[in-house]
Amino acid sequence: MSMLHTVNKSPFEKDSMNSCLRLSADGSSILLIEDGVFAAQEGTVVSDSVKEAMKSKKVYALQEDINARGVQGKVMDGIELVDYAGFVKLVTEHDKVQSWV
Amino acid sequence: MSVTKKFLYVNRRAPYGTIYAWESLEVVLIGAAFEQDVALAFVDDGVYQLAKGQDTKGIGMKNFSPTYSALGDYDINKIYVEKESLEARGLTLEDLQHLVWEDEDEDWAEKDSIQVVTSAELADLMEQQDVVLSF
Repeated sequence: MSMLHTVNKSPFEKDSMNSCLRLSADGSSILLIEDGVFAAQEGTVVSDSVKEAMKSKKVYALQEDINARGVQGKVMDGIELVDYAGFVKLVTEHDKVQSWV
Repeated sequence: MSVTKKFLYVNRRAPYGTIYAWESLEVVLIGAAFEQDVALAFVDDGVYQLAKGQDTKGIGMKNFSPTYSALGDYDINKIYVEKESLEARGLTLEDLQHLVWEDEDEDWAEKDSIQVVTSAELADLMEQQDVVLSF
């Protein structure tokens, strides 16, 4: 069992995503929700750091929050999109959840 | 006699995650009734407010993005989007809604409302305002 990290702040506005990437262990999972989903976008100033993290961590993003913000179709390869049921499933599959609020 | 002032609304937050974007739009529409010289700037995550294709069904919140297309009818036709903010987010003008207004001095010709401006240009625009409201 590993940890699930959730990030709900925009990576362009707050440092939460960077802190999460720095302080999450290899093999852990990161779920992007709310304004955190902007980190899932291709071609941004943070895309490279997210791609680097994806070499050792699994990154998910909540489809509903992606759709609300109009960035469907801009999600980078390798990020798995989940719905609310998938969010719950991730929580049950990990032994702890850390929210980078 | 009323004096017309130049108002600039500066929008820096993404929609939905916080209430800022929605509140700004409400204030802009209320302000429009006072016949002031109104302009809107979208910088930082504020550029996402104008993103095309917003679909909020899944999050149970009102999609207020169609309201931006009504701004032209309120004589709000100066909408500045910072180029550097778009670029940092991998976005272009094509990713934003196409907002237009009708120019009554030119037989109601349809014109673009959005102008992409550089940081330096936006800094100058801010200097020219009488009132700047931040959201």
